[in-house]
Amino acid sequence: MSSALTSSVAARFESVVGNAFVRTDPEALAAYAVDGALPAVVVQPENAEQAAEIVKISVEERLSLIACGARTSLGIGMPPSRYDVAIDMTRVRGIAHYDAGDLTISVNAGTPLAELANILAGEKQFLPLAVPFSERATVGGAIASGLDSPLRHFYGTARDFMIGAEFVDGTGALAKSGGRVVKNVTGYDFHKLLNGSLGSLALITRANFRTFPLQPSRRGFLASFADETGALGFAKQIADSPLTPTVLEVLSPEFAELFLEEKSPVASLRLDVEAWTVCVGFEGSAEVCERYRRDLSRLARTASARDAIAVHDSQFLALLEILREAPAAMSRVAKQGLVLRFVALPGRLPDVVRALRSFATSSWMSSAILIRSAAIVYLALLASDGDESAIKQAAYFWKSVGSLRGQLEFSASILFCPSEWKSDLDVWAYADGAIDLGQRVKKAFDPNDTFARGRFVGGV
Amino acid sequence: MYEYDGSVDRARPEIVVFPSNSSEVSQIVKLAVKHDVPIVGRGAGTGLSGGALARGGGIMIAFGRMNRILEIDLENRRAVVQPGVVNFDLTRAVEHAGLYFAPDPSSQKSCTIGGNVSENSGGPHTLAYGVTTNHVTGLELVLPDGQIKRIGGKLSEAAGYDLCGLLVGSEGTLALVTEITARLSRKPEAVKTLLAIFETVDDATETVTEMTARAITPAACEMMDGWTLCAVEDYVHAGFPRDCGAILLIEVEGLVEAVASQSAGVVEVCKAHGAREVRTAKDDKERELLWKGRKTAFGALGRLAPSNYVLDAVIPRSKLPQALRQVLKIGEECGLKIGNIFHAGDGNLHPLVLFDPRDRSQFEKAVRASEEIVRYCVEIGGALTGEHGVGMEKSELMTLMFCDADFALMRRVHQQFNPTGLLNPGKVFPIGKGCGETRIRTSPMHSPVSA
Repeated sequence: MSSALTSSVAARFESVVGNAFVRTDPEALAAYAVDGALPAVVVQPENAEQAAEIVKISVEERLSLIACGARTSLGIGMPPSRYDVAIDMTRVRGIAHYDAGDLTISVNAGTPLAELANILAGEKQFLPLAVPFSERATVGGAIASGLDSPLRHFYGTARDFMIGAEFVDGTGALAKSGGRVVKNVTGYDFHKLLNGSLGSLALITRANFRTFPLQPSRRGFLASFADETGALGFAKQIADSPLTPTVLEVLSPEFAELFLEEKSPVASLRLDVEAWTVCVGFEGSAEVCERYRRDLSRLARTASARDAIAVHDSQFLALLEILREAPAAMSRVAKQGLVLRFVALPGRLPDVVRALRSFATSSWMSSAILIRSAAIVYLALLASDGDESAIKQAAYFWKSVGSLRGQLEFSASILFCPSEWKSDLDVWAYADGAIDLGQRVKKAFDPNDTFARGRFVGGV
Repeated sequence: MYEYDGSVDRARPEIVVFPSNSSEVSQIVKLAVKHDVPIVGRGAGTGLSGGALARGGGIMIAFGRMNRILEIDLENRRAVVQPGVVNFDLTRAVEHAGLYFAPDPSSQKSCTIGGNVSENSGGPHTLAYGVTTNHVTGLELVLPDGQIKRIGGKLSEAAGYDLCGLLVGSEGTLALVTEITARLSRKPEAVKTLLAIFETVDDATETVTEMTARAITPAACEMMDGWTLCAVEDYVHAGFPRDCGAILLIEVEGLVEAVASQSAGVVEVCKAHGAREVRTAKDDKERELLWKGRKTAFGALGRLAPSNYVLDAVIPRSKLPQALRQVLKIGEECGLKIGNIFHAGDGNLHPLVLFDPRDRSQFEKAVRASEEIVRYCVEIGGALTGEHGVGMEKSELMTLMFCDADFALMRRVHQQFNPTGLLNPGKVFPIGKGCGETRIRTSPMHSPVSA
């Protein structure tokens, strides 16, 4: 955007939100960089109506806009093909409605998840949106990024408990779908499309959720196994049992070494540096938790666990925090590497994991793996410090993943990697949904291609 | 028979076609488009909102012959089925492995999974397990231009936008569904069914409100009023009382230990709200009989009047007591008897208005009473439909919940998928709010019939 245009657009934005909330100084712009690309202007609306005005102006001026919350996950996706305006939604915050007796809440998009969690905890409730960067992340950002939670094993993802949304579409109109009741099939379920859309369809201004009661006790159980086959076999036994745990995560030895470290509050839970660890979480009354402990101990023995340990409430919450933050923590240790996310069938997980580890070895890179809910594989591919060939090794690995596609059913994407690598790596290369139908949806929501241009699957 | 479904509306197609595979569906669609003829898909015709009626005449594609279970993948807990598979047949096919298909509409022994997908159907146990959209991971579609497309699959997440989330519940207005990949669930270890008997409707509804507030989450929580119960008992002989104000049929499921503590909590709340008795089904036989009573209740009431109008609306659960009082008041004002059999646990009301369709004034009163009830539900923070869909029944009421901008976006999405408007015309959108294409497209030879 030319400087003359920037000035005139900034003036239009200022007329909507006031001078203090439109920034064009380099320092401010740098804070909103997306994969190295800077916006020309940052604007901070106070409410949904102002946000809609900003979108309308952006459409009129043919600008490209990226919605930001706490800016914790802006690295997900491809670099924007154009980026003019950063719309910072953190002032659009607060609880719009909370009917604790009805177990529903309606919350503005810029509200931090941590603030929401505190409000819900006051009523002994919670939202199972335990995503990475939870201390800072906003509700809108968490939905748009599509990051999941260790609690998905029981509670599902946001698509399962988000019951409605309000948003600004790509024409600048304030629209909505769903509502504030727990069961509702009125109209098209547009709010489901917003999950994981990276803000490419609409600007989320408010989300409505079903909330859940906090159970009297939340505990865990850890068991270690000689290899991934033993660990995944144990996970399968749990799935075939009457138990319905809230958390089921499998950690590679490398993951445990990196994240269950000596200084961590859960260091005492580290069972065996050579072993694969299965973490199980469960909740309920004391009797229910005791039943879990008893059954899991028995199943672990049957599955030839090397070691096993029961985890009590406070330790379990600390462990849950580590699991929740795992993708973020992986991205920090893989600064010169990749964090990848795979979705696989439970029955083929051992094959997928073995193949990925083999590719990592062939690429001369070490790897750390977390398998979530017997379906999602997070893999950090780590380069040695200062290794200039890391990009080539990563590209080799990514190409190898492609070679596996004919043999195994899975989808894969690069969640985090250095921005400069994205010119060589298509992060969505193996995330091929029905791209043409996705493009139809994009065209309907955002006919002028205003939102997050070029960042999503299929170049949307 | 294809001019009816479970609703009070009627509309006659000009031709009913019974394809046996996706390719035939595609060819029929192409032919229809070539001749500018509307198309409507139909499963078992058990829908209650007119979703599968040929409002614009034209071709009805009946999926009765596409009724094969194509694959059962026990290891990954998925089933791939054609749309004409009956809901309960899928559960029967996998129950030997301890699995089942969770959505359980009252019509589950006759309704099809294709119909469930189209309407995003629920059922009593969706309180705990969610509606159809929570149990579908992939679809094969035939688009209105005849293209066959796949979205999602067996994986728990699809790449890109959540197109299954959009298509499930789109009421056949965006595409025809020709194959479904469904999630299978594990049967719980223990189930306890409780029958709580109350002297008044208020006591029962206040019990539900307090159970929700106290975070007691049964797998199902159904309510029937006393008047309805008498009719049901005459029909089913399930042991329901004939002298009470209302009952709650509550089911708790899970581990034996969880069931014990949950049911103790349920009993405590029921007693605190004046339950005369809380009875536990002593065995599977008694449990099945109680559920038979619930699931055939609409049929039982059908014996009391020549016709009835089953409503479907949702309210916040905390407002159940006032909503039920309002339903009663509206019935009295209209001079019509209204029964209440509904999913109390998730606030999904199903008032059932009895009337004689031969008496035009009664029919008009029934429609007016129904609209008043739905309007009231929306006014107190609820929604038009919890599980039956908008169809043609509530298309004109959509303006109660949605504004022009909402319709404009819905219309643009509709336009992208169904640009000719030939697929299931006259549904979901209010006629006045649709663009040219989303208004009813009628076949040149068509003259709609409506009761």
